[in-house]
Amino acid sequence: MTADDSFIRIENVTKKFGEFVAVDNVSLDISKGELFALLGGSGCGKTTLLRMLAGFETPTSGRIIIDGQDMGDVQPFNRPVNMMFQSYALFPHMNVEKNIGYGLKHEAMSDGERKQRVSELLDLVQLGQFAARKPHQLSGGQRQRVALARALAKSPKVLLLDEPLGALDKKLREQTQFELINIQEELGVTFIVVTHDQEEAMTLASRIAIMDRGVIKQVGTPTDVYEFPTSRFTADFIGSINLFDGTVTSVKAGKARINAAKAGCTFEAPVSPGIKSGDAVGVAVRPEKISISRSRPKSTTVNAVQGEVLDLGYFGKDSLYRVKLESGELIRVNRVNDQRVEEADRQVDWDDKVWLTWDANSAIVLPEEP
Amino acid sequence: MSELAGKSVSSSATQRSGFQRWLNRNGWRKIVAGIPYFWLLLFFLAPFFIVMVIAVSEAAYSIPPFKIPFSWEALQANIATNFGYLINDSLYYTGYLNSLKIAAISTVFCLLLGYPMAYGIARSSGATRNILLLLVILPFWTSFLLRIYAWIGLLGTNGTINNVLLAIGIIDEPLQMMNTDFAVYIGIVYSYLPFMILPLYANLERLDNTLTEAAMDLGSTPARTFLDVTLPLSVPGIVAGSMLVFIPATGEYVIPVLLGTGSSPMIGRVLFDEFFLNTDWPVASAVAIVLLLLLVVPIMMFNHYQARAEGVE
Repeated sequence: MTADDSFIRIENVTKKFGEFVAVDNVSLDISKGELFALLGGSGCGKTTLLRMLAGFETPTSGRIIIDGQDMGDVQPFNRPVNMMFQSYALFPHMNVEKNIGYGLKHEAMSDGERKQRVSELLDLVQLGQFAARKPHQLSGGQRQRVALARALAKSPKVLLLDEPLGALDKKLREQTQFELINIQEELGVTFIVVTHDQEEAMTLASRIAIMDRGVIKQVGTPTDVYEFPTSRFTADFIGSINLFDGTVTSVKAGKARINAAKAGCTFEAPVSPGIKSGDAVGVAVRPEKISISRSRPKSTTVNAVQGEVLDLGYFGKDSLYRVKLESGELIRVNRVNDQRVEEADRQVDWDDKVWLTWDANSAIVLPEEP
Repeated sequence: MSELAGKSVSSSATQRSGFQRWLNRNGWRKIVAGIPYFWLLLFFLAPFFIVMVIAVSEAAYSIPPFKIPFSWEALQANIATNFGYLINDSLYYTGYLNSLKIAAISTVFCLLLGYPMAYGIARSSGATRNILLLLVILPFWTSFLLRIYAWIGLLGTNGTINNVLLAIGIIDEPLQMMNTDFAVYIGIVYSYLPFMILPLYANLERLDNTLTEAAMDLGSTPARTFLDVTLPLSVPGIVAGSMLVFIPATGEYVIPVLLGTGSSPMIGRVLFDEFFLNTDWPVASAVAIVLLLLLVVPIMMFNHYQARAEGVE
């Protein structure tokens, strides 16, 4: 993406609260109509970044540019941005209709137009028959939809969503996720979602920025951040992973051999050009990329290791095996149960001696961080 | 969640020992709930009944200075005489009106002064907040009477305020501030301000800050946000504070006596004079009952209205 088509530019933004650095020199470009997620644990600075976009916090240094306009001196009530709050922040003394219409109250438009717009929004979030209810008479999911409609009322250029599904139960959350995506696609508004839930970020977003301690660790599509993590933090944060320390022994045609003592085997994996023989690296394989079998593989030294099944978790559609290696390390292996078999006929069972193998393309090499 | 909690309580209740069952007996609950009613009966209803009886008695030169009526005709005659004074003698109804006016105006000033103070305290952080709250409560550590006397020293013709104004040349001769309605307002607003600030603070402190952020986010300036969100949501605090100021201010006796004029007395002064100078206990009791009705009836109507409004929601 070139700098020209970026709709929101965050340039070297830092935010300090006293000595504490909440956001540390973050730069980010988000293009128009994107559904972008800021993902990270609590205290990683994602909410502070969102609040700076809304105008509730002022950056200590750096610039925020939205649609070509520097937001430096723009007050929250003048920004082309609306926010859906984590707690929804619905006005308890106003009914659904008034809550949704609040942003339009002081706009230059006729009463008829205002009514028309509110009823459009009520239809959009399917709350027509609840127009006269007060927020405390609504369920959590309904409140969430009122908050969404209210934030969309002024047709903002950017919609900020702070943990939009955080307060919903699992079923409702799944359903609402897709509703959110549909609404976003229908309206073409740029959505920036803050979440600590990686599944939510993966399903919702077209791109994800992973934050840790005020710094953006990686920006990319859900596939990028899951399959091609660039740091140990990202690899470990997204999904589950088996991670070992290793040393590069040779590099040949974009593939490296890595000796991982703790794993007790040699990894062969594709590497980026910067890595050379002798480098200390992390090497990782996702649990679902590993095959588990009692029979001996062709190669017993490269991308293969032997161990003993310590634990077996049966989840129905898949099973999780925890395999103890000779070094004492544990490897997690995840297999889809694609065969319908009796418990007694299981291919791999507790205390079995097993071989674990994986494809050369499945192993991820993670350079040491400076 | 609540279902689960309910289950665990009931299951453990069945396993409780005899002593715990004895402790849990319904009777105890009734006794505990009954204490406030007992208190009310002993210290409000019983005295009120005595005052009622005196109000329908006839004034007499005796000890006590009234005669309880023993016939229906005497009762009616006494009511007509005692309450008739209140209607026919302008001293009484101007006293009521004067009291209501002074109390109402003082309440408004307490609100105007107290609201920003309460808001400021609610918005300040930890340590500062505690200091500010302490400062609001601090005057209570000095006797109420002493504090009112202190105002005499401040407001008098030779008082501190006049001396300062004369010294810096703003005025040429001392201002008459003592023994005016102005002094009464000063005294009442000063004395009752904490009763306005504290309930308002309690209300504003609980106000969710994200609501004001949401209003601003939706395009409202800070002033508009205050009018649309903060003010409507602080109405319960305003009502509570206003009642706590208005009710005692209406019956206030000490402040108008020490700081005010004799020409337009408040009803508290009238009541006192009726009892102790005129020794007409029946009329004094009638004054007290009408004062009570004047205050209780609007409050009950308000509570009824509020309960209904909440029920509808």
